[in-house]
Amino acid sequence: MKALKANKWQSVCTVSDLVSGSGICALVNGQQVAIFSVPPSAGDKTALYAIGNWDPIGKANVLSRGIVADIGGVITLASPLYKQHYNLATGQCLEDHSVSVPVYEVALDGDTVVIGV
Amino acid sequence: MATQKIVVVGNGMVGHHYVDQLIGYGLDVEITVIGAEPRPAYDRVHLSEFFAGKKPEELALTTREYYQEKGVKAHFGDAVATIDRDGKKVITEAGISYSYDKLVLATGSYPFVPPIPGGERDNCLTYRTIDDLGAIKAEAAKSKIGVVVGGGLLGLECANALKNLGLEAHVVEFAPGLMGVQLDEGGSKMLRRKIEALGVFVHTNKATKEIVDGKACRLRMNFADDSHLDTDMIVFSAGIRPYDQVARAAGLEIAPRGGIVVDYHCRTSDSDIYAIGECANFGNFIYGLVAPGYRMAEAAASQLTPEKQAFHGADMSTKLKLLGVDVGSIGDSHGRAEGSVSYVFSDERLEVYKRINVSGDGKKLLGAVLVGDCDDYDTLLQYFLNDIELPENPESMILPHVAGGAPQLGPAALPLAATICSCHNVSKGSIVDAIDGGCCSLGDIKSATKASTGCGGCSALLKSVVDYELEARGVTVDKSLCEHFAFTRQDIFHLCNIGNIKTFDELLAKHGKGLGCEICKPAAASIFASLWNDYILAKPHVGLQDTNDTFLANMQKDGTYSVVPRIAGGEITPDKLIVLGQVAKKYNLYTKITGGQRIDLFGARVNELPLIWKELVDAGFETGHAYGKSLRTVKSCVGSTWCRYGVQDSVGMAIFIENRYKGLRSPHKLKSAVSGCTRECAEAQSKDFGVIATENGWNLYLCGNGGMKPRHADLFATDLDDETLIKYIDRFLMFYVRSADRLQRTSVWLDNLEGGIDYLREVIIDDRLGICAELEAQMNAVVGTYQCEWKTTVEDPEQLKRFRQFVNAPNEKDSNVIFVEERGQVRPATDRERQQLIAKSA
Repeated sequence: MKALKANKWQSVCTVSDLVSGSGICALVNGQQVAIFSVPPSAGDKTALYAIGNWDPIGKANVLSRGIVADIGGVITLASPLYKQHYNLATGQCLEDHSVSVPVYEVALDGDTVVIGV
Repeated sequence: MATQKIVVVGNGMVGHHYVDQLIGYGLDVEITVIGAEPRPAYDRVHLSEFFAGKKPEELALTTREYYQEKGVKAHFGDAVATIDRDGKKVITEAGISYSYDKLVLATGSYPFVPPIPGGERDNCLTYRTIDDLGAIKAEAAKSKIGVVVGGGLLGLECANALKNLGLEAHVVEFAPGLMGVQLDEGGSKMLRRKIEALGVFVHTNKATKEIVDGKACRLRMNFADDSHLDTDMIVFSAGIRPYDQVARAAGLEIAPRGGIVVDYHCRTSDSDIYAIGECANFGNFIYGLVAPGYRMAEAAASQLTPEKQAFHGADMSTKLKLLGVDVGSIGDSHGRAEGSVSYVFSDERLEVYKRINVSGDGKKLLGAVLVGDCDDYDTLLQYFLNDIELPENPESMILPHVAGGAPQLGPAALPLAATICSCHNVSKGSIVDAIDGGCCSLGDIKSATKASTGCGGCSALLKSVVDYELEARGVTVDKSLCEHFAFTRQDIFHLCNIGNIKTFDELLAKHGKGLGCEICKPAAASIFASLWNDYILAKPHVGLQDTNDTFLANMQKDGTYSVVPRIAGGEITPDKLIVLGQVAKKYNLYTKITGGQRIDLFGARVNELPLIWKELVDAGFETGHAYGKSLRTVKSCVGSTWCRYGVQDSVGMAIFIENRYKGLRSPHKLKSAVSGCTRECAEAQSKDFGVIATENGWNLYLCGNGGMKPRHADLFATDLDDETLIKYIDRFLMFYVRSADRLQRTSVWLDNLEGGIDYLREVIIDDRLGICAELEAQMNAVVGTYQCEWKTTVEDPEQLKRFRQFVNAPNEKDSNVIFVEERGQVRPATDRERQQLIAKSA
């Protein structure tokens, strides 16, 4: 498990609000954050990812509504507008290296989903 | 030098091909076309399809507009009466004169009517032009019995047309056998047997002495052997004669048996005059097929360029379907060559006849006859055209394909010069060039070379050559769906069906790797829906769906959605219209009528979708599946209920079809339409499956589409009753759902289907694969488990949670969604407007 670096955490919802294999959107300090719950593969645990909801190429707040895609072992999110992939761990766009989206720390505090601020 | 004036007399298939060649060269010439028929060139080869409902425009090879656009002057409906060679001009019957530098005669031929007393009667017709066909159709409407004089290729086609028009059809042939030019005696007998079994009466060895008033019918034919035949109408199709009268009068050299004599540059005895096609005589032979005519047009056109081509005669081998009977003839079909040896195979039970004539040493194929089974045609033709040495036992070429049987000629054995497509003269060499030039799929090759886009007879051969050449270049044609599945969509469909696989996790564990992606996930979701028809937003499926399916609406550029309720057949009550207006007003939605006869409501935020749909469902609306790869709309015209011209209730049928297939998930979207008469106001021929009413039922058209690459649908079956129509559509749709690639429309699917529309007919009508019962059962299962996804969704509080804009801020909106007003409605603000609005509010 990675070390948590955030100083402050904000709770956004409970585990039951997450949709396995898909995304939801939360408003954190006025920023739209897309949160994904990626089901376990081969022995891993369910992983949570959080990135900005704004698609800088499609120019709309839509990333929470894309499809989680495994591209050569990298877990990405395919934008629902024009299908560019964003690395869920780093925010890097796979198709255009000059483009990236912010990533947020996300964790579970009991049943509560928290975002690092 | 002044611009050369080229005058082309005759605008048939060959004349038009010539003009097209010149246009292609882009020379500085002034082209004038003079056509005796009232319309520009059309496809005479497929003329009989006129009876199956094809309109003259659909047979057209060109248009007046096209000629105009290319700077070609066209003058139709007036024939050339004289050629003034000294004055270098032609004068038409209407008295108009056109001067030329080069004159091209493509006047074609006319049907030979034997000089029989009474042959000029009103009920005696010919079979050559669209106008002839119109006359035949009109005459047939007043007749019960029809006779075709002439048992050749065209005569038999005409007999088929009479039969399809509901007449008792007879063929009267002077010679002892049918198709005497192309078939030997054995082949001709087998053909007769098969044709008689189809209900066409065949009379051979009959010389017509006279045509007199009939007793039971309008006419009576008295034969030289004192027998007679009563009939209501007679169509002469006893061969063709070249239109060479004008050339003859101008003093050009004419062959003893007719036809304007030309050299291998297609030049006549006057070096400024060319003759091409069926009016020309090359080597004391008139080529009555279109492919040699095209070669002549190409040779003649090239004379105006530095790279002159020559015409050295052409192969007259032919393969066709006559009254549904496969007939093939190659080279010396009668085995007339000295010293030749024949092998004959005949199966009277299956009604198959095959013969090959080989050289005395058994090494070369000289000719062949095939009746009832043309599977060997392509291979035999390649042996013949390319002088390929025959196997040790030549008989294996035609013996039934039992284990260890005939050696199929692989694409590797063909020389580069081998002609693959004779309609467009595409050699194996040009296909190889196209592949080297970057083409890497069958579709690419077809559009680059035009191969297999004529009669389509070479499609199987073309595919084998393309596959072989790609493989030889190490291009593994990778048909994997994506990095997670080393299977095609079709494979995965079958794996799921046979393995009873119902979730993506199970599919991935059994047949895939990794976690899946935006390609395989929606494809799998679509397959599960086609097979098992679960609610698409059920837990295991929700993460697989494209955003449009996930939220059951169509995402627009600003992240809002559009809402499209189903309006089956485009029929809607005033009350429902009012509801749509009220809902649109309440949620401030932009409204637009779609091309599919429904109403699209734009600008709904994700959280508003369930609220909007709750109101729509309560008012009796269902989801329109505009978001899915599934049946969209079945468009209709108003039909016989209201229209003065309608012959069937097209609206009723459209509503029935739309309700039957709504919710069916497919590899790509599906569109349909039903027209109430041949005026075709619903544009059914531009749909994946289109239905057009006839006096007797429905004609079914398959695999059309509009969009980026429009394709007219192919006529699949005619005059179907309601039940058969639905049965065929059931089978067609399920066969497509099973076998198409991901995101492959029916048009592209058909283009890639080996055997094309004929194969599709065999599968769907003749049940060649024995799967029709299964296809129907599968369709019935989908129809029986239909649910309105929006109804299910609005009734499920768990589902509604997913439609929150923000999981933690129920009252906040997406601040980036900004509308401005235009023409009385909202639209998304442009970037600039957005900045201005934000600046103003700050």
